[in-house]
Amino acid sequence: MRLSLEARERPARIMTWASPLLAAVGSVIGVSILFAALGRPPLTALYVLFVAPLETLDGLAELALKATPLLLCAIGIAIGCRAEVWNIGAEGQFTVGAICGGGVALALGGGGAWWLLPLMILAGIAGGMAWAGIAAFLKTRFNAHEILTTLMLTYISIQLLGYLVHGPWQDPDGHSFPQTKQFEDDALLPMLIEGTRLHVGALFALAAVPFGSILLGRTMMGFRIRTVGAAPAAARYAGFSRNGVVWFCLLLSGGMAGLAGICEVAGPDGQLTPVISPGYGFAAIIVAFLGRLNPVGILFSSALMALLYLGGEGLQVSMQLPIAVTGTVQGMLLFFLLGADVLINYRVRLRPARAVAGVARHA
Amino acid sequence: MHEVEIAVAIAVATLRAATPLMLAGFGELITERSGVLNLGVEGMMLMGASVGFIGTVATGSPILGLLLAMLAGAALALVFGVLTLSLMANQVATGLALTIFGVGFSALVGVNWVGTPLQGLSTDIWPSLSTAPPMVQQLMLLDPLVWVAVLLPFVVQWFIYRTRAGMILRAVGESSDVAHALGYSVLRIRYFAVLFGGAMSGLAGAYLSLAYSPMWSENMVAGRGWIALALVVFSTWKPLWLALGSLLFGFVTIAQFQAEGLGLALSPHLLAMLPYIATIVVLVLISRDATRLKLNAPAALGRPFHATA
Amino acid sequence: MNTTRRTLLGASLALPAAAMLPRDAAAADSFKVGFIYVAPIGDAGWTYQHELGRKALVAALGSAVTATYVENVPEEGADAERVIRKLATDGHKLIYTTSFGFMEPTLKVAKTFPKVKFAHCTGYKRAANVSTYSARFYEGRYLTGIIAGRMTKSNVIGYVAAFPIPEVVQGINAVLLAARTVNPNVTIKVVFVSSWFDPGKERAAADTLISQGADVVMHHTDSSAVVQGAEEKGVWSFGYDSDMLRYGPKTNLTSVTMDWDNYYIDQTKEAIAGTWKSSDTWGGLKSGMVKLGPLNTAVPDSVKAEVAAAQAKIESGALLPFAGPVKDQSGAVKIAAGASLSDGDILGMNWFADGVQGKLG
Repeated sequence: MRLSLEARERPARIMTWASPLLAAVGSVIGVSILFAALGRPPLTALYVLFVAPLETLDGLAELALKATPLLLCAIGIAIGCRAEVWNIGAEGQFTVGAICGGGVALALGGGGAWWLLPLMILAGIAGGMAWAGIAAFLKTRFNAHEILTTLMLTYISIQLLGYLVHGPWQDPDGHSFPQTKQFEDDALLPMLIEGTRLHVGALFALAAVPFGSILLGRTMMGFRIRTVGAAPAAARYAGFSRNGVVWFCLLLSGGMAGLAGICEVAGPDGQLTPVISPGYGFAAIIVAFLGRLNPVGILFSSALMALLYLGGEGLQVSMQLPIAVTGTVQGMLLFFLLGADVLINYRVRLRPARAVAGVARHA
Repeated sequence: MHEVEIAVAIAVATLRAATPLMLAGFGELITERSGVLNLGVEGMMLMGASVGFIGTVATGSPILGLLLAMLAGAALALVFGVLTLSLMANQVATGLALTIFGVGFSALVGVNWVGTPLQGLSTDIWPSLSTAPPMVQQLMLLDPLVWVAVLLPFVVQWFIYRTRAGMILRAVGESSDVAHALGYSVLRIRYFAVLFGGAMSGLAGAYLSLAYSPMWSENMVAGRGWIALALVVFSTWKPLWLALGSLLFGFVTIAQFQAEGLGLALSPHLLAMLPYIATIVVLVLISRDATRLKLNAPAALGRPFHATA
Repeated sequence: MNTTRRTLLGASLALPAAAMLPRDAAAADSFKVGFIYVAPIGDAGWTYQHELGRKALVAALGSAVTATYVENVPEEGADAERVIRKLATDGHKLIYTTSFGFMEPTLKVAKTFPKVKFAHCTGYKRAANVSTYSARFYEGRYLTGIIAGRMTKSNVIGYVAAFPIPEVVQGINAVLLAARTVNPNVTIKVVFVSSWFDPGKERAAADTLISQGADVVMHHTDSSAVVQGAEEKGVWSFGYDSDMLRYGPKTNLTSVTMDWDNYYIDQTKEAIAGTWKSSDTWGGLKSGMVKLGPLNTAVPDSVKAEVAAAQAKIESGALLPFAGPVKDQSGAVKIAAGASLSDGDILGMNWFADGVQGKLG
């Protein structure tokens, strides 16, 4: 007897819902063992991790605030992944978006013009697009792999930001510390809920969900993207331009990451500093796959990821657990979630060993 | 004479800086040649750095420490293998999750060893140092893992292109279905490749914590795992190019420090961009020839395999 | 599993965890103090010294105080502000934010929680409920400069630095000015590694400086890699943040260390007693916030005496490290003869003194 995986004829609908539950059960058991080993009551720890952050309006607003950049970046990344365009440099496009939009805020802020915020947002999007556009150009013109170029461009963008805030854009009244002036009030995004930090950027992120779904599911471009990704030969036969799809996907995901970047600095930050993103662009890749590259799924996975950050801080504050535990717990949880998805496309069978080969041959 | 001394110093420093990149890079190169993309190198290196350091302090034997580091890296790679090979989870996402886990878990394991001083790896491997000219002495003082890294490209080159096992590895990475039809166990070969990659990452991490800067501290790998990954793509999966890329990357970093020390007036931020710009430029130069790139890239990279046909 | 934080922190954290839940009243009878750290405690540098201060606070006040920390909080508005708010809403009455990047988030949260007290390290903006505190690291650096000037044979000091911010620049200038009082031929070579913590890079930068002739190296980064590198190459080194003698028993001459213990204990006591007021503390050698670690036996007695004399003069105010005449790299006079820099000018220092090889900005 042995366990074997057998392909389903079509993805099991029930499993698309059951597999995350199964993963949850698995990770609750795994994480509980870890907490117990660290001498903390597992139930209390689980409560702090998953429930406590959601108990107050402020907590929910913080969750949405944290999920906003993840959601924007992840949907862009996911659309690219559908076409096998691997943009792993959303972090860099996020940074350049923040630089461009922030530059507009620093140059034109304080005048009270109605067009300032829209212009900042456009500049942020354009900056992200331009940064991703470099990778698209290098890919289509020189065949340079976008996994590498987008990653390298991320490192360059972080140095560029460092150069600006240590140099030309430094706040002259800031005692030579690496930071720009605070943005004027007219260059800050309006708040959604009074008393919290939730700003209108969350609406952009929310709007990105139907936008992504419609783009992928109902438009010709979406069809091309899916065809180029799933069946490159068919796409060539149909005359779809691979280069066109590469350009489209990188510009789109770059623009969305840039939007996330400007929303972050014009939202909670209010100035440019040497560190703008604590790794949103990279975390968004996990979010994209946890959401199965589907915009609606990504809505849930970005909320889950944000919850993990908030709950992880709760573990430190309320349970006196070091940050190392947070990372370990996050990693375990992601393992279970990613592993359980196998059940959507495969069923587990217990079979006599010799029958396995036969099944495999005739399936 | 002074110029020669600086040149030797740059060469030695470049070799040392390139060693962790090469060790981890060759592990990942083998993994990717089998058609599997493991982005968890940073996490596996951190586990190796942490466990290697603890093992060396606890047992007093650097050899045992290095072995434990390789085991730790391989253990993390095994988790990756079970998820992506047996359960067919997405490789990119699983690799990133592996790094999150590795960063956290290595810190958790190593918490009591932060700040423990340790004598670095012994460099007394060559006899009669004192009679050699000073330049040669400089080179001979390099630690043994550097020499391992220097030999590795040739060994891996020979393995991939000249041995039967290497041929099977390439076949599995090129077309898993064909390899399966020929009767090779795709999964078993990929497991071996993934575990080898993990062990090498662990070794690379241990090089950092035992030789390069002998200490353990959270997150001390500081992004080198990501650089190693980038270098594998940069090399177009060819061992000798990977060695060249690692040396180039190490050289640009060291040259930047040398230039600053000599008082060359350039913004440190703009200088720090140089290695990355150089990598892109070289990548463009070698990728222009599309057919050559295609010949080398493992066609099945990142695709799960399930024996259905 | 004996690797948990609890074994390190002792009994104070062995309280049943449920009692620490925000909604539980049990925690109310002990005064809750929060610490925000920018790095993991295990960085062995800046954050580690603050953690030692937190432990000293717990040791001094016992069960009267509950001292929570949150580590590795990114210096980024969105995250830092949330964590500070969380500590405030969870009933922490006094919150120490221990890195410059937490300045704006601290002020924002302080506005919403007027009854909670805050103390921000190395910043310059205060409010009715926000204090600032920092240490005159450069006073300790000045003393190491005297030792370096006496010990160097090549007259080249290598300096591995993270970023060109005033705190770093102050240290480099202080070392140069002090070294030149005993050895006018000294120059400093600076390499910026663009990272607070990357042992590999720090080590490579030190090796580079040594290969360029530096026979004394020091660092303004967060690991001990430079000290270890110097030990291996047999050149003198100075430690920073914490005492690093154990990393270089033969060649580490001494370390400039930070000691926040008394500040944390005094401020917390005042907050409990209700006498706390917003203040600006900038302690140096005199208050013991900056200290020189034990001197290596390799330092000759005559130099030891010189250092002790300079320390006494700095503590009494007779010696000001940044006193004129001082020219910058371009030859422009930055401090006129007979004058000295104000605290404001020191805090915003953005020029290298003549004799420093390196580029700002």
